[in-house]
Order: sequence, then C-alpha cells, then structure tokens
Amino acid sequence: MSDEEDDLILSELPDEELVPQMMDDLYDGMKEEVEEGVNILLERGWTPYDILTKALVEGMAIVGVDFRDGILFVPEVLLAAGAMKGGMEILKPLLVETGAPRLGKMVIGTVKGDIHDIGKNLVAMMMEGAGFEIVDLGINNDVDKYIDALKAEGADILGMSALLTTTMPYMKVVIDTLVETGARDDYIVLVGGAPLNEEFGKAIGADAYCRDAAVAVETAKELIMRKHNRGAD
Amino acid sequence: MLSDRQLSEQGLEARGNSSRLLLLACGALAREILALVEVNGWDHMDLQCLPAKLHLTPERIPDAVEAAVEAARNTYDDVFVVYADCGTGGLLQQRCEALGVRMIDGPHCYSFFEGNETFAAHAEQEITAFYLTDFLVRQFDAFVWRPMGFDRHPQLIDIMFGNYEKLVYLAQTENPDLDRQAREAAERLGLGYERRFTGYGDLATALATLQT
Repeated sequence: MSDEEDDLILSELPDEELVPQMMDDLYDGMKEEVEEGVNILLERGWTPYDILTKALVEGMAIVGVDFRDGILFVPEVLLAAGAMKGGMEILKPLLVETGAPRLGKMVIGTVKGDIHDIGKNLVAMMMEGAGFEIVDLGINNDVDKYIDALKAEGADILGMSALLTTTMPYMKVVIDTLVETGARDDYIVLVGGAPLNEEFGKAIGADAYCRDAAVAVETAKELIMRKHNRGAD
Repeated sequence: MLSDRQLSEQGLEARGNSSRLLLLACGALAREILALVEVNGWDHMDLQCLPAKLHLTPERIPDAVEAAVEAARNTYDDVFVVYADCGTGGLLQQRCEALGVRMIDGPHCYSFFEGNETFAAHAEQEITAFYLTDFLVRQFDAFVWRPMGFDRHPQLIDIMFGNYEKLVYLAQTENPDLDRQAREAAERLGLGYERRFTGYGDLATALATLQT
C-alpha cells in the first residue's frame, strides 16, 4: 500500500468515492475502516438500510464471488466477514428502529456432533444483511432443538450446516422428523457445508443445497417468494 | 530418503518392485505403509502416493484417484486405494466402486489409525477434539498453520478453533520429539493436549487382508 493510500482520510471522500473505498476496505478485512465509513455515512444522513445493502452486502458479495472463483481463501473471507460484522453491529439497532424490510425468519445451526460454524456464521450474517431475521442456534443441535425453535419462533426457513461427512447424515433425521410430524411443508429447508452436494440435498429431502452464503441468500429469497405466491392462490 | 515436503507436494512414484498389487495411497500415509510392507515382507505390494496436499481440496481427490487407477491398470494385476472417505462425502467410495477397485474403510485416517470401531465409539463424546497423526504433527505448519492464515492473522485462531477444546495426537510411533511438537501445536492453538498411541490400527489389518 502506498503512503498516499495510508494517508487516505475517509471523511474527506465524497459519497461516490467513499462507498467503493469501504467495499475495498471490507474486501481487505479492515474492520476499523469499515466501521468508520459506516459512521460517516450515518452522519451524512444515509439510512442504515442503504448503508447495509449498498456498501456492506455488496462488498461482501464481491468477496463471495472471488472465494468461489478461487481468488480468495477462507482466511481472507473470514477477515472480510469480521469487517462486515463490525459495520453491521453499528447498524443493527438502527435497522430495528427504522423498520427495514423483513423477508422472513430463519432458524439456523450446525447439526448434532458438528462444531464447525464458520460457514453457518457467514450464511447467518449474509441472510441478516439481506433482510432475514436470524435465530442462531449455534453448534451441535439435535432434532428437538431445531424443531422446538422452528415452532417457538414461527420461522419460515430451517438452515442446517455440517462440515463432516460423519455428521451430515443427521440432516436427514431432522427432515424425516418434520415429515413424520406433518410439519415438513411448513418450512423451507436449506442445507449446506463443504462435503455436501446437490445430490445429497435432494436425497435427504431438503428444498435446496446451497454451496455458499450468496447462493443461500438468493435461494431463500426465491423460495420465500414462491411460498408467498402459493399462499396467495 | 523420504521427505515430508515431497510427500505433501508431489507424492511418491511407484518403485516398480512388483506388478501384482499397487497400493494407491495418500502421501500422508507413505511412511506408515512402507514400514508395514517392510516389517511384514509384503514384497508383492508396490506403493504409489498422491500428494498429501490434496486434502486441502478434498473435492479433487476422486478425480486424482481415478486418473492414477486408470494409469496403473496396464501395469498391475490389482489396485487397492489407501484413502478413507477423507471429506469426499462418499464420492470417493462411489468412484472406486465404478472403477472396480477396493479402498480402506473409514471416514478418515484418524479413524482407521485408532481403529474404526474404537473411533466411532467415542466420536460423539469427542466432538471438540482436533486430531493429528505423526505426519500431520510433522507437517502442522504446512497443513494447518499456514493454510488457515494463522501466521499472518493470529486473530483467526479463535474464530476457527474457538469451539475446539483439545488436540489429540494419535501417535503411530513412539517418538518423544513428535510428542513435544504436538504439545506445542496444542499450545499454539490454545487447546488442551492428549497423546494417544494407536500404532497402525486398521491400516495394518486392512493391508494384511491383501495377501491373496
């Protein structure tokens, strides 16, 4: 990085330069700079929703594409996610106050026996950024925890994540239980995790396998829209 | 002289000592397989290893195994694949079945070194354990520390290992130096430490069945 860039003063940049700069900073995992940018835009009268979608989510989407294309790797994605999270923590309470649009509610967690939550956390953050309400059950969830939370929260979507080939079959246990209790059609079920694939998602009866956080967001939006359309028939 | 770097990056070419049976293995298993072959006098087995670094991208393992099996068909009577599932989600098993070759049982080498039954019996009680083998202790920096970016961004350790509680070193050999290195690895990750001697476990019994 050049000295000139080191001396960049974010508050002196006009909006049309500041937003791309924030996206660059997010890409580079520069949490403090992203937080500073968020605060500057708030001071300039931007709505929290616009900052979230036009600077943070859009920036993270670029990170997602470059991860998919093998340009970025897990460490860089995590640093970028940390930067986005910093910005989101400032915006979250303000989003509630300003009544940003809500697309639906998702219960999400890693399955029983699996403690690997990096992917789950990324999906939760991107879903939240896209306007979904997230109920994060954390790690190592058995079927009762998932189903209790779905009912208690009146959720629209169930998201299950697994990193291990030994734990991913548990997703079928959860889906089968939903079927047995007659509740399967009440929820959109999305699954993800490194060893999964589309074939596995179909075989266990999920609505979709999502290969990354960006796909999860797009799939959730599409399936929620279809659900609403069905409801309107 | 085998170098771990070579086993990680290039793998190991077959020696051509036998045309009866090729063991097509992960480079991380080369030393253990060669030790078993030597001590048991299994002269009918030849060994070829694919680069151990394939484990960093497990989705590439089935294609790499298939290419090696096809290349070996004209040279050997039979091929035995010494990879467990290794994060391929059953795809390697499917590929081996399609190719008509057998492979070793188990979800990963941690499991077959300890013994698949033993490992499965305590798996649910040990979900917060991170396992290393002899090879992975020696290659900890190349397979864990650097690929996960901990050398450049130590703040990621907590993000990636925050849910783990202990590092379990599954030892194939009695080696105080590896024990010390494994303990240091646990300290660097902020985890508790346990050493568990396994020997070669199900690897030895699986290869012993390939006598006929």
